[in-house]
Amino acid sequence: MKGWTLTFVLAAVFGLCVGPFYWLAMAATHANSDIFSWPPKFYPGDQLAANTAKLEESIGLVNVLGNTLFVAVAQTAGAIVVSLLAGYAFAKFRFAGRDLFFVLLLSTLVIPGGVTIIPIFEMMNDIGLIDSFPALILPSLSVPFGIFLMRQSLLAVPDELLDAARVDGAGELRVLWRVVIPVMRPVLAALAVFLFLGAWNDFLWPLIALRTPEMYTLPVALASLQGLARTDFGQVMVGTAISSLPMMVLFLILQKQFISGLLAGATKG
Amino acid sequence: MTLTLSRPGRTTVPRRPFVTRRTVPYLLVLPALLGFMVFKAYPILAAMYISLTTGAGAARSFVGLDNYVRLVNDPLFWTSLWNTGLILVVQVPIMLLLALLLALGLNSSLVRLRGLWRLGVFMPSLTGLVAYGVMFSVILRKDAGLLNWLLSLFGVEPIDWLGSPFWARIAIVIALTWHYTGYNAVIYLAGLQSIPKDLYEAAMVDGAGPARRFWSITVPQLRPILLLTVVLSTIGTLQLFDEPFVLTGGGPDNSTLTISLYLYQNGFRYFDFGYAAAIAYALTLIVAGFGIAQMRMQKR
Repeated sequence: MKGWTLTFVLAAVFGLCVGPFYWLAMAATHANSDIFSWPPKFYPGDQLAANTAKLEESIGLVNVLGNTLFVAVAQTAGAIVVSLLAGYAFAKFRFAGRDLFFVLLLSTLVIPGGVTIIPIFEMMNDIGLIDSFPALILPSLSVPFGIFLMRQSLLAVPDELLDAARVDGAGELRVLWRVVIPVMRPVLAALAVFLFLGAWNDFLWPLIALRTPEMYTLPVALASLQGLARTDFGQVMVGTAISSLPMMVLFLILQKQFISGLLAGATKG
Repeated sequence: MTLTLSRPGRTTVPRRPFVTRRTVPYLLVLPALLGFMVFKAYPILAAMYISLTTGAGAARSFVGLDNYVRLVNDPLFWTSLWNTGLILVVQVPIMLLLALLLALGLNSSLVRLRGLWRLGVFMPSLTGLVAYGVMFSVILRKDAGLLNWLLSLFGVEPIDWLGSPFWARIAIVIALTWHYTGYNAVIYLAGLQSIPKDLYEAAMVDGAGPARRFWSITVPQLRPILLLTVVLSTIGTLQLFDEPFVLTGGGPDNSTLTISLYLYQNGFRYFDFGYAAAIAYALTLIVAGFGIAQMRMQKR
């Protein structure tokens, strides 16, 4: 009996957490005038196509999705490479300045993002990169958390494995490619998901760094819709649902890696 | 990496390979180091300088500590500090307590479908800022809002969540709690699962009841993780920006203006970079102070 009570309480909490997502998906299929009805509509309507068409018209949905995808993929791929290389160096080599650099890198984690945003804005402005994709991608390539995660995971890879390859005559790049990357695949996947979602959802910096609507990423485009005097919520709900889609899909597919990645992050202190 | 490896057999005189065990670590960290220098180290130092100036570009002039003097005498800064502190003191304990209870529930072997519940409670923490803002502006609407609808089922009159200074702060606390409780619960859950089972078995043999087992085993074993979440939540809440930015814009009547939001307004609405940088450094000091104090407590 007690088990059922507890199960019921957890189901209610689950409802509170997931309910808004469900309502969002339903709202995306209703017309603007029907979205705020009383009581709320928890069943699908027939306006999904119409709402999507209107969204395409107002923000250029296809173009905006392309922008978002390009930036998120480039940022993820770049940060993965940078993190893997640096993490490998920190975990498996001795070199001058290693510990100092590592401590400096981690100490920037406690500096609020507000500190660096103004100088980075001025820098981008000076070199004419404002309103360009490199302005979004470049600052996010050296990610302390990613480097830390790679280092921690590589510490667990036995040195003998690398030395065996070296004895067989493999060069350093070959060791990296043939030995390190294959054993790191699960961690790399987890990091990729985190970085991708972070880039996909990134809002504040793109809002500051982008100017023309043709360059907007999805979060910035959605925010611009809400600024209009009369917001058509049908469009906003479709856009919001689309923006949450990759998160849900990736999470459902990769939930094990997700949570283990989260915990690796949580123990960083 | 476009570096070429020397290929034995193609040249008669073997060249020394460029990528050797000695040089390779430097090449490996080079991209990270460049990124760090350009987008972390330089901006941190530049912000320090900017905080001592006024104006921008060619019109920038050095004013010494003027921005900091202005900050100390700025009632809005103190308002933002007070609001941030208030939300911190109210929200973090509520959220962490709920997260702990949730983790205990998710860890109980009596519960069915634990994997599903765990998946669901974790989802809010993955929501992007804009999706989150849209959802909560709808949830918190006075007319036909989801929360007011839920409360009406229990006979509660509609509340103007974002319209009054009092309720707006409560709304921020509710939104924050929805956003991060599941995340903390999953961290606690991992901690609970790493407590050795035989501790509980031994305590049961000694006749300890559930409450006794909780206070004498669970809490001490979880202590490091509890302290970690307290530190992370405190640092995160001190930098609180997302919720007031998307939900209230700091209002009504500056009741939800936080330090980070005030920083943003000065920097990117009034383009007063010098003053915004001074706020940023004040915030850094506050965060570092709290962080160090809590780490000290942890050591004790």
